[in-house]
Amino acid sequence: MDETNKKEQPSSTHKIGIYLWIWGLLFVLSFFSYLVDWYQFQGMLRWSLILFFMFLKAGLIMAFFMHLYWERYALVNVLLWPMTAIVCFVALMVAEGKYTLFSRLFYFFVGG
Amino acid sequence: MSDPKIEGFELEKGFRGMAKDTGSDQTMFKGVHWGKAMMWIFLLSDTFVFSCFLIAYMKGRASTPVEWPNPSEVFALDAFGVPVPLLLIALMTFVLITSSGTMALAVKYGYERNRKMCGYLILATALGGLTFVGMQAYEWSKLIHEGVRPWENPFGAAQFGSFFFMITGFHGTHVSIGVIFLFIYCYKVFAGHYDEGKRGWFTKMRGDYVEVEILGLYWHFVDLVWVFIFAFFYLW
Repeated sequence: MDETNKKEQPSSTHKIGIYLWIWGLLFVLSFFSYLVDWYQFQGMLRWSLILFFMFLKAGLIMAFFMHLYWERYALVNVLLWPMTAIVCFVALMVAEGKYTLFSRLFYFFVGG
Repeated sequence: MSDPKIEGFELEKGFRGMAKDTGSDQTMFKGVHWGKAMMWIFLLSDTFVFSCFLIAYMKGRASTPVEWPNPSEVFALDAFGVPVPLLLIALMTFVLITSSGTMALAVKYGYERNRKMCGYLILATALGGLTFVGMQAYEWSKLIHEGVRPWENPFGAAQFGSFFFMITGFHGTHVSIGVIFLFIYCYKVFAGHYDEGKRGWFTKMRGDYVEVEILGLYWHFVDLVWVFIFAFFYLW
């Protein structure tokens, strides 16, 4: 596409409504995640709610504010697949953390 | 937003389109400005840096036999004499999401070549970011006065301070850099650099409103990281 052509046809823009909707949703979801702490939910309920609201917010920001929803799959896939490496790293470090805690309790407190 | 009608013909959509893009000549990210692709790749690498910090925090917290400080109490703030849990953090989240929204609208108005609206919205975003950094400075000084140090704190496990200062500090650095660039771009928009295609300071690239979107990607990323910090550090 040459320079003159680029000037004439503006890039496709989205209606303002979609941004305002996402914006409002982000406020509501943030408020809900704050309520999780306010009502002092504990245990699995607390963790699953925190993760649920977190991923929902992150997904909305990436999909609509960062326009990933409208991007071509070539870019979307290059960006999202490397994230699975992070998931693997988390899984490894959960196991490692448990082992470290076990060793500390066993050798420092129980005495080996 | 990539333009699917680029290069004279309609590009195929979905996974078939991805296969053709990946196997084609010259460019893989068709219709995506190179600056935008590079910003995305930078953000991907930054994601890994932040994940490493958060994973280190997770591992540190999971492996200590000492009680972890309760963030709900540590970060509580007195409002009219009543301690409200996480009040400051909730306000910071509110400010950052507000600035993210104004940035998204700035990108939209930029593409519509609405110079004034775009400029004012970028200015609003910059002021939001500045407010956020100010609140974070207040939070840091408050905790330092209460005796939180990277090596000790009066609330519980000693690792708490080092993780707190490292993670929020690194995020705050990102916000500060973003604010500087927002002010620069605000000036460039108002001066009309993107309307007349003026070349940048470090590049021969002609100015275009796509640069506002590239800056927007960075700013939304800062907000995105805060979502994760808020969940894992303050709520967990």
